[in-house]
Amino acid sequence: MVPPIDYETLRVIWWLLMGVLLIGFALTDGFDLGVAALLPFVGKTDEERRMVINAVGATWEGNQVWFILGGGAIFAAWPFVYAVSFSGFYLAMFLVLAALILRPVGFKYRSKRPDPAWRSRWDWALFVGGFVPALVFGVAVGNVLAGIPFRLDSDLRSFYEGTLLGLFHPFSLLAGLLSVTMLVLHGSAWLALKIEHGAVHDRAKRFGQIAAVLSIVLFAAGGVMMATMGYGFRMQGAVDPAGPSNPHMAAMIAAPGAWLDNFSAHPLMLLAPLLGFVGPIIALVGIRARREALAFGGSSAAATGIIATVGLSMFPFILPSSIDPASSLTVWNASSSHMTLFNMLLVTLLFLPIVLLYTAWAYKVMFGRVTLQDVRTNPDFY
Amino acid sequence: MVDMAVIELSRLQFALTALYHFLFVPLTLGLSFMLVIMESIYVMTDRPIWRVVTRFWAKLFAINFVLGVATGITMEFEFGTNWAYFSHYVGDIFGAPLAIEGLMAFFLEATFVGMMFFGWDKLSKRQHLFTTFMVALGSNLSALWILIANGWMQHPTGSRFNPDTMRMEVTDFAAVIFNPVAQAKFVHTVSAGYVCASVFVLGVSSWYILRGKWVAVAKRSFTVAAAFGLASSLSVVVLGDESGYTLTDNQKMKLASLEAMWHTEPAPAGITLFGIPSMEGRETRYEIKVPYVLGLISTRSLTGQVAGIDELVVKAETRIESGIKAYDAVEKLKVNRTDLAARAQFEEHKLDLGYAMLLKRFMADPRAATPADIQKAAWTTVPNVPVMFWLFRGMAGLGFFFIAFFGAAFYMASIRRFGCANGFCRLFMRAAVWIIPLPWLAIEGGWILAEIGRQPWAIDGVLPTFLGASSLTIPQIWTTIIGFTALYGTLAVIEVRLMLAAIAHGPIEDHVPHQPAYPAQGEARFQGYAALPAE
Repeated sequence: MVPPIDYETLRVIWWLLMGVLLIGFALTDGFDLGVAALLPFVGKTDEERRMVINAVGATWEGNQVWFILGGGAIFAAWPFVYAVSFSGFYLAMFLVLAALILRPVGFKYRSKRPDPAWRSRWDWALFVGGFVPALVFGVAVGNVLAGIPFRLDSDLRSFYEGTLLGLFHPFSLLAGLLSVTMLVLHGSAWLALKIEHGAVHDRAKRFGQIAAVLSIVLFAAGGVMMATMGYGFRMQGAVDPAGPSNPHMAAMIAAPGAWLDNFSAHPLMLLAPLLGFVGPIIALVGIRARREALAFGGSSAAATGIIATVGLSMFPFILPSSIDPASSLTVWNASSSHMTLFNMLLVTLLFLPIVLLYTAWAYKVMFGRVTLQDVRTNPDFY
Repeated sequence: MVDMAVIELSRLQFALTALYHFLFVPLTLGLSFMLVIMESIYVMTDRPIWRVVTRFWAKLFAINFVLGVATGITMEFEFGTNWAYFSHYVGDIFGAPLAIEGLMAFFLEATFVGMMFFGWDKLSKRQHLFTTFMVALGSNLSALWILIANGWMQHPTGSRFNPDTMRMEVTDFAAVIFNPVAQAKFVHTVSAGYVCASVFVLGVSSWYILRGKWVAVAKRSFTVAAAFGLASSLSVVVLGDESGYTLTDNQKMKLASLEAMWHTEPAPAGITLFGIPSMEGRETRYEIKVPYVLGLISTRSLTGQVAGIDELVVKAETRIESGIKAYDAVEKLKVNRTDLAARAQFEEHKLDLGYAMLLKRFMADPRAATPADIQKAAWTTVPNVPVMFWLFRGMAGLGFFFIAFFGAAFYMASIRRFGCANGFCRLFMRAAVWIIPLPWLAIEGGWILAEIGRQPWAIDGVLPTFLGASSLTIPQIWTTIIGFTALYGTLAVIEVRLMLAAIAHGPIEDHVPHQPAYPAQGEARFQGYAALPAE
């Protein structure tokens, strides 16, 4: 059977869906990460911290699935990307996983004992569970933009030649910090929306304003650095967008500055970086004007714009190789087969709307601000 | 050539994280459905005691559930981090069930679990029961999809090797999903989870009954566990046997090795109850056999042959020889994609390509193999027979024991003998407490049996395990092994302590519930029940 949608189109659809997943992750679990990173700072007393935790308590678990599904979907649609990136970023992945493991346990186990030392330890574990993944995700994106040191042999087995410390260079650190400020902004916008007016609410708004300003500065600095550092790769010669998923079949070269090519060729794409700047401004305005829903919309727009900027600047590249550009993975050479992309598209079209439907129901059930009264009386609260 | 130390460490790491993950999963699978049963009784009878029962077990469920979730995060990414070549080689097929698992199962259980814990006074009784059911459905669907992935590793249908992309690609998606090995594994595994949860609930309830604490809650829980456990323990043994042992050469080898059957016997073959298998001598000493039984069970006929290890090794030799021709064709196609002769040669031998790769353990290029090399490689298709033999007997023995155990429990629950002033009843309750760890032993043993039995293959007949690992260094792998062990070890200690504390605490609620949106009938009466220490 030949699928009714052609291979090239399916590859672009799955590239977009990968973007949808990453943005979905940033918009939902992103605020959980931001909230966890803020926990020790916006909550000073145990009751305040419990308010913060319960502001995400009932929904963070579903949000986290965006991350797990991201892993699964990349495995299914971009197996090459799944294999090369996770084995390459081996120890960085371990850091992320170890930090993320602390989160479910921290949320659930913290409240099981009244002992303040016990609770304080879990608060810091939750901080690590929010801050470390946010930082490492950004650092990883910075490295992808710069190119990853891997090469493929004739069996398409990948060999990674970098080190854990090598991942941290000025540009990737900047990307890491941007990721942290972007998610902290999103987290504080959520807290402003979800927690009753009072000390915690005010602190969250203060952190939100700082994070919004820093996001704008870091995003701008990142743009300048990307233009001046000369990152970029380019396809060379004839490329068959419907060809077999095998990087050895097309030529690719490092081309300093090429990451800006897409924007000059298609000026409409500039909407993405524009959103990356306008989003935090809206968030800032929303926070100051006590329009919390507007602030949350602004922080969502910020994350969307920033992530879309990265994806669009690299298209069609997904994982460029810094030591052997000919091994680079692109939309045209790293996907699953035609049939699998089609089957998985059907599955996604069937289930994603259902997921969105019951997720919306869950948020509706849990609608309303968390109050100090709830924390004191609800036996089900963490 | 392959660095076997990297392979062994990667296997060790995967085994540690998977076995650890599976300490929590079976209880989630079973306890979630038991919560559905308990809460259904509450909704149907409207008796507040059942609300207490449900909420008590839900508290224990929650402590266990988070660790299942936490350790599951690792699993989703570990194929990529530690088995990168495997991921590339079969991701086109293997990735799909993992993605569907996320979309169809993880979202369901994770979204509804929040409402299950937090929604008691935000939802009506029926709505809450619905969320509990969705959690159970989600976690069990997750088992379905991961076992479809695992079943494909045991019996890789619906796919072929594509020399243009140097990997396996799907040809028949339905065959992958409706793989008979996967279906059998699913039923067997979830039933084992139900047994595990039943043993847990029965054991804890027995402890309460023995101590005379929370007897009203304990008796009801005991009854639910006894009935659910009896049905599940029957299912796990009867349906566990349907694992498709005759479908592929590797499955046949698994059967032969867990029976330590070195030579093909005239049909119907006998089953070995006891023996001392030896890998060196390739024989089983001191055998005690029951005639006919194995042939009857595994082929469902009087005439079906059960192949012995010897015969399967000879078959592997011919497949390696054929595989070398496929390998040769692939190497030629790498140089020239339009080489028609090479393509024809590949088409003829492609089903044996994986067998040629077995030689890569000994040489870089399988085409240079001598007949002695081929014979040596063919013998590597035999898994560790003594380990298989004893694990199987341990697992199956426990399976039969659970049937008897739940039979007795069900009888006791039926005649309502909970007084336990004397003899057998008291002894049984004590035993029920002590056997709580046994289902975990059986389950972990079963996993080891299934995965050791698949060796040397990662994907049966397609990709040897030693080729699937990532190109990592030994210090890198040690770092994560030590890191995960330390983290998991700490969490395990905390988890067990919290469980024990919650059990000791019993079904009392810490806070006085504030006025719920949907007040349950007889709310005041329920307060009385919760404070009732014994009957």
